[in-house]
Amino acid sequence: MNEEYENEMRLNFLSKSSNEAFARITVAAFASQLDPSIEELADIKTAVSEAVTNCIIHAYENKIGIVKIYAKLTQNEITIEITDSGKGIENIEIAKEPLYTTKPNLERSGMGFTIMESFMDTINIESIVGIGTKITMTKKIKKQHKKSPDEPTLATNKI
Amino acid sequence: MESKFYTKDKQLIIKITEEIDDHSVQKIRREADYEIERNMPKTVIFDFNSVTFMDSAGIGLIIGRYKLASMLGAKVQLANLSQNVKKIFEMSGILRLIPTTTLKETTA
Repeated sequence: MNEEYENEMRLNFLSKSSNEAFARITVAAFASQLDPSIEELADIKTAVSEAVTNCIIHAYENKIGIVKIYAKLTQNEITIEITDSGKGIENIEIAKEPLYTTKPNLERSGMGFTIMESFMDTINIESIVGIGTKITMTKKIKKQHKKSPDEPTLATNKI
Repeated sequence: MESKFYTKDKQLIIKITEEIDDHSVQKIRREADYEIERNMPKTVIFDFNSVTFMDSAGIGLIIGRYKLASMLGAKVQLANLSQNVKKIFEMSGILRLIPTTTLKETTA
């Protein structure tokens, strides 16, 4: 294990929809330390955006709560945990089904979990009704031209 | 969002100029519906040339506008999709329903 590529960060913010962009851009900026491709970075941003949106409109139902993000980098993988203390998911299997949504009146497509599943390598959902939900996702970043660790990363240009 | 209506062929071009997520989509939806209802176009083209990010909120946005346009007898097209935007639309299956196109100049 190459210790130089290990890092972690935590982020807590209010469940306001204006924070959706903040959350995905912050996680992408952190992930850029692994030198991902533009496409990998876009996948991460989309998955984070879906998970955070779920916290805001489903878990807290537009009441104000705290969304927590923990992200960890290892040599070639990012792990992202997104946690809320909202209402929880009654039936995870049904919630994951493509096109299933409890909010069709908001023009929600029901594709959030499907997108998270296909854009990330693994996804794990833990939820207790009335307590909250934790989504854990991982994605391997393919090796490209690895820079030496002390070289400043230019990947933030891609965000 | 910017829009331009060509009276000759009744074509409404709606150029989305912001990132599309659950936050931004509410304003885009309101403005797009207003333009569609005001102009009563034959064709509505959504230009994605300036869209640098889209999540699943974009699917709901297009399905909703497609329903409105169909009700008013208009056709919908999606123009200048980036690879990422295309991937999300493909996943939802709506590209089987709504054709894509390329707009040369982004005049909207």
